[in-house]
Amino acid sequence: MSLVSEKIEMDSNTHAEKVLNQQNSTLTNEKMKSIGLSAWFGTKQALRNINLSFRSNSVTAIIGPSGCGKSTLVRCLNRMHELVRNSKVSGQVLLDGRDIYAREVDPVMIRRRVGMVFQKPNPFPTMSIYDNVAAGLKLTGLKKGKNLDEIVMRSLKQATLWDEVKDDLDNPGTSISGGQQQRLCIARAIALQPEVILMDEPCSALDPIATAKIEELIVALKRDYTVVIVTHNMQQAARVSDFTAFLYIGELIEYGSTKDIFENPKVELTEKYLTGGFG
Amino acid sequence: MTSYTYRKFKNKLFFWLSLGCVIIAVLPLLSILFEVVIKGAPQLSIQFITKPVGIMGQSAGGIGPAIQGTLILIGLTSLIGIPIGVISGIYLAEYGDNKYADSIRIINGVLTGVPSIVIGVTVFLAAVIFLRHFSPLAGGLALSIIAIPIIARTTEESLKLVPNSIREASLALGVHKWRTIISVDLPAAKSALITGILLAVARIAGETAPLIMTILGSQTFFEGFNQPMDALPLRIWRDAQLPYANFQAQAWGAALVLILIVLSLNIGVRIANRGRLVK
Repeated sequence: MSLVSEKIEMDSNTHAEKVLNQQNSTLTNEKMKSIGLSAWFGTKQALRNINLSFRSNSVTAIIGPSGCGKSTLVRCLNRMHELVRNSKVSGQVLLDGRDIYAREVDPVMIRRRVGMVFQKPNPFPTMSIYDNVAAGLKLTGLKKGKNLDEIVMRSLKQATLWDEVKDDLDNPGTSISGGQQQRLCIARAIALQPEVILMDEPCSALDPIATAKIEELIVALKRDYTVVIVTHNMQQAARVSDFTAFLYIGELIEYGSTKDIFENPKVELTEKYLTGGFG
Repeated sequence: MTSYTYRKFKNKLFFWLSLGCVIIAVLPLLSILFEVVIKGAPQLSIQFITKPVGIMGQSAGGIGPAIQGTLILIGLTSLIGIPIGVISGIYLAEYGDNKYADSIRIINGVLTGVPSIVIGVTVFLAAVIFLRHFSPLAGGLALSIIAIPIIARTTEESLKLVPNSIREASLALGVHKWRTIISVDLPAAKSALITGILLAVARIAGETAPLIMTILGSQTFFEGFNQPMDALPLRIWRDAQLPYANFQAQAWGAALVLILIVLSLNIGVRIANRGRLVK
């Protein structure tokens, strides 16, 4: 199986290209990179030619006013965008130097490597807390030869939820508070040990205390994962991220270290947005 | 102030109007139920539900064969109709985002409106004449044709009620679509789905017209898949036409038994499916 896919891979990318890509990604420590990425909903273009890289073991925040394409961008990074009817993507997204949109790549496999946390907490309503965390491994058939109990415990601990739910693992996943549900969703995502975790406004449905907890968690997660977070909350981007990308009407306006973007924006539009000029 | 009293009056008026309509809708049903219980209950006895039909002009006997036949028909229809109906419904809900599915939906709607006698005649021409026998299988087939569009429709509706966020949560974990449908979508839709299936079964359990053309009716217990068979609606229909009071009373009893079968099926399935996590 792996031999076959390896072979197809060789055919589609020339060897030189592959080496180059891999070199590039090791040089700059890039986990993911979008090259000329554009996306459409029907005839409406949501993203225009986005070139952006995401460094490993760091948090990259994507900020911008509503409707600027932030969510679409992260949904292109794990091929969730294409689930929408009439949607279209062009350009490349490299994960460890390989294009995830290459013809032979199965989107399902990409989603196992690039996990996602959504805006609204969405635990599986028919499953217990335990099963919610184990769902990824159970439903993908990856649990074989693994100690499920241990993985569930580790994931919940990593999501800083373990102490709050360890006695109620059999209760429904929807029986806990919204903030806890969101951490449950994070535990569910990390149980599969993805390489990248995408977070699409993970705190927008939560109160300030729950938000603070999730933010703490995000900072802790970058030790093991590459994190990309979409947020409309600029303070949040400043608090948790190492790099920030500012999007406006589907275009990448500015990208840089969070410090530079917030203290020293180079583009006037970025400055205007950050100072509350619009948005 | 006058406008306030007027608004209050309108509010009251609407309440009483809707309550009145509910009463008008329920009254005939209640009176039928009342009549059936009053006239049918005295008939019930062990002999009544186990003995075969008696000889005309003498003892009316029991309705054992009719009960057996109805149970066989419910079983056959469930066997043929539920899988086909549910799986078509899954197609319409989960893959039916295209014009082919739209036309299937229209056909389904039309099929729901076809008079059941027409379906009976069709199966008579297609199966009974072909097999040269009246047959329980032909009966099950005719009832399945009635049940499939209803089940497909309710399956589609119940799956559409499952929030898309749950579906996306599963797909984003790298779970295949088929697995998502089976392990996430269907469990979430379960209670609505079961209600729909039970309504369809209740509907076909009471069908008479297609049975005249397919299983004909019989005085004896099940004799094989190439022999006529009795069923409760058929028994009621035949008994009611006879000029003997004891057979007419038998019809009332049979009607009550049919209602009880549908009722106990409802309660039974609901108890069996009362999962801890399903609301």
